[in-house]
Amino acid sequence: MNKEVLIRLNGISKSFDGEPVLDNLSLEIHDKEFITLLGPSGCGKTTTLRIIGGFETPDAGDVFFDGKRINDLPPYQRQVNTVFQRYALFPHLNVFDNIAFGLRIHKRPDAEIKTKVKEMLALVNLKGFERRRVSTLSGGQQQRVAIARALVNQPKVLLLDEPLSALDLKLRKDMQNELKNIQHQTGITFIYVTHDQEEALSMSDTVVVMENGRIQQIGTPTDIYNEPVNAFVADFIGESNIVDGMMLEDYRVKFSGHVFDCVDGGFAKNELVDVVVRPEDVDVVAPDKGMLKGLVTGVTFKGVHYEIIVDVAGFKWMIQTTDFVAEGETIGLSIDPDAIHIMKKSEFSGMFGDYSSFSDELEKLSDVTEELEEE
Amino acid sequence: MKFLSKFYIGLIFLILYAPILVVILFSFNESGSLSHFSGFSLYWYKELFRDGEALEALKNSLILAVASSLIATLIGTLAAFSIARAKSKRYQRLAEGVSNIPMMNPDIVTGVSMMLLFVGVAGILKLENTLGFWTMLLAHTTFNLPYVILSVLPKFRQMDKNLTEAALDLGCTPAQTFFRVELPSILPGVVSGLMMSFTLSLDDFVISHFVSSPDFKTLPLYIYNQTAHEVKFSMYALCTLIIVVILALLIAVNVAGSAGDSRMRKKVKKAQGVSVR
Amino acid sequence: MKKRSVFERMAAAPHLLWSAIFIIAPLLFVVYFAFTDRNGSFTLENILSLSSYSHTFVMSLGFSLIATTVCFLIGYPLAYCMARMSERARNILMVLLMLPMWISLLIRTYSLMALLDNGGLVSAFLTSLGGKKLTFIGTDAAVILGMIYDFLPYMVLPIYTTMTKLDKRYLEAASDLGCNNRQTLFHVILPLSMPGVISGVTMVFVPSISTFYISQKLGGGSFDLIGDTIERQFKNAVTYHTGAAISLVMMILILISLAVMNKFSDSGEDIIV
Repeated sequence: MNKEVLIRLNGISKSFDGEPVLDNLSLEIHDKEFITLLGPSGCGKTTTLRIIGGFETPDAGDVFFDGKRINDLPPYQRQVNTVFQRYALFPHLNVFDNIAFGLRIHKRPDAEIKTKVKEMLALVNLKGFERRRVSTLSGGQQQRVAIARALVNQPKVLLLDEPLSALDLKLRKDMQNELKNIQHQTGITFIYVTHDQEEALSMSDTVVVMENGRIQQIGTPTDIYNEPVNAFVADFIGESNIVDGMMLEDYRVKFSGHVFDCVDGGFAKNELVDVVVRPEDVDVVAPDKGMLKGLVTGVTFKGVHYEIIVDVAGFKWMIQTTDFVAEGETIGLSIDPDAIHIMKKSEFSGMFGDYSSFSDELEKLSDVTEELEEE
Repeated sequence: MKFLSKFYIGLIFLILYAPILVVILFSFNESGSLSHFSGFSLYWYKELFRDGEALEALKNSLILAVASSLIATLIGTLAAFSIARAKSKRYQRLAEGVSNIPMMNPDIVTGVSMMLLFVGVAGILKLENTLGFWTMLLAHTTFNLPYVILSVLPKFRQMDKNLTEAALDLGCTPAQTFFRVELPSILPGVVSGLMMSFTLSLDDFVISHFVSSPDFKTLPLYIYNQTAHEVKFSMYALCTLIIVVILALLIAVNVAGSAGDSRMRKKVKKAQGVSVR
Repeated sequence: MKKRSVFERMAAAPHLLWSAIFIIAPLLFVVYFAFTDRNGSFTLENILSLSSYSHTFVMSLGFSLIATTVCFLIGYPLAYCMARMSERARNILMVLLMLPMWISLLIRTYSLMALLDNGGLVSAFLTSLGGKKLTFIGTDAAVILGMIYDFLPYMVLPIYTTMTKLDKRYLEAASDLGCNNRQTLFHVILPLSMPGVISGVTMVFVPSISTFYISQKLGGGSFDLIGDTIERQFKNAVTYHTGAAISLVMMILILISLAVMNKFSDSGEDIIV
């Protein structure tokens, strides 16, 4: 990957009505990178994007673009374009005129506008839609127009603010692939905002996990998934069992009343830590063969696997297994050393990773409220 | 119950329209009587147009209505824009509140207060005969303003804020954004504000009564003068003509509106058909 | 948000300037004239002299309150009946209701006068019935009738609009909870249509209390409502000081009435919520 820094955020703070939204945030974005700002609603990801777009000015800190400070540059003089959350297509213009809008503003010759818009329509698979009114397009089509409208100006950076959140699941998957392809073809830097961790992992070169106006972790999708730095990241990215543990010495950790071998080191002797075990990394074995023993309290069939909740000495684990076990059964759990990830204690310790109150309905409900809050 | 409510509606509308129908009927009455219809005649219509005064008043009314509604729409639209954008809620409320004063105040107070302004300023500047077209224009623009703001402001508030940002994002300056994106999406509000101003201006009598001079008479002022002392049947003819014109306009607007609607609906249906296929 | 652009700030300027010169300044002139005498020195004489007009004020207030009440009593059921018609019928009725509002008040008052005139259809009809010759023009009733006739549509329209915008689910919920039509009307529709009633009442009361044309035409020139008095002071009198004082007092009177009414509507809403 090209390592040239294109955008540098330096100590950005921002608050709305005295409510801090961004807290001394610093971030470097490289040229031709697909970077995703990921976090729950209210974590500051959209504000970060809007500061880069020029729609908000930071209270403190600097924004550099190509080495130049652009804090006070209005949006229309920045070399970035945005794909807005609800598309923001101009209702009084048809598809062609929407896409041609930026070129017309910059007074490009008609012939050039025509060919460029045509190219863009081909790129987003909307050939022949030139004369259609935007109100007659489906959500996915509007989305494509919005992307074309931004890309046609050949910006250095494309900002995408939860662009797929209004689409249904199937369409969202298709558009994810399409966006990834477009980014490859055009070589434009994409800064992508989403609260959907799956989307972030599957599309990005770099993922920036945010919470409480601060960056929690920056890394490649595999790093973020395999080596979360704290309980928040571990819980937000995928499913995690997070238990209190104690690092007896390098490569030996004690949790749930059992001493495990592990692959992490570099902690103080007897340091209290958070231990992360992904549900898919736990093997179900006979009760006497396991390192831990627990009672199955819930079983949900998920298609590929079963999701079972296991009570191990009062702590509820979530485990994904392809073998059926019945509710009420006592089973043994076996965990390989490389499935155990050790994290330092943080402000998020003890807040996540226990499945005692878990239910699918709750999860869905919280998704809905999240979407409502975004509006 | 259903019958009773129909009967009630019918009765009230009958009472509402009876006087108007009487005026229309008796404007064609041969004799100058209000109780006996003696025969059909267009005499009063000829009488009405015998001197050019009625036509002159009509011309004045139209000039005034066009000018004042255009000015009010221009200023009011910009005002609505700045009110919708204003950061402080207090300023928003203040600006709206002040411009609503002529709407809340009885017309007579607005008329009297503007008359005092014009006369007062003229007194200070030692001018004579200040009242006339210009004072009428200022007054009409003033009472039109709140109606323009009232119909445009909600459009600004309903407008997707992302549209503005999208325009800025694509390289529009704030001024370009206003004219290319915001204005087109608030256009329905602007048009209805313009139409409302136009009709209010045509219709106004009370405020005009205080800020006008005999040299510049609008249609309502003309009617008032003509009917001040006696019943004039040529005024019945004039009223009939005005009612017919208003009726024709109302019908035209409604027909055009519903025709436009159905055409739009067809278009959308067609487009949906394409996308389904 | 970010700093406001020059254009955004400039857009407000014409309106602010206009409001200051043509809305605020004229009102200041009214206050100035109300509190000064012919030589421009401060005096309370104008305000104090208004006691001789107290009869005028009381009569105007009474007339417009009666007219407003009658408009409500006629207009509310009308709006209710209209709102329950089929959509087609409602569209036609709406045009019929709007049409009179588009016809100048002068013309409508003049039409009413034609109908009620001493030589007009109604009196001719009554006379032919063998009654004695009736004089209707010039009576209190004629003036109040004129107000009702002229302003009734302004009462009906806002009430009708709020009623048609009422969420149908409230009505369904009410009948689900056991309200019959009458109970639904009094317990659900009436409270929910209060905003429409308030604006209807305002739109009838304010022009009624300040009218001069209706009382001139239908009062036969012998009536002195506030509007007539102000009109005469400004069109005929030598000085404007008394007229300004009357206008000022009327304006304050109306402001107080509106404030009281808004108070009522606020507390009304509280009860609903």
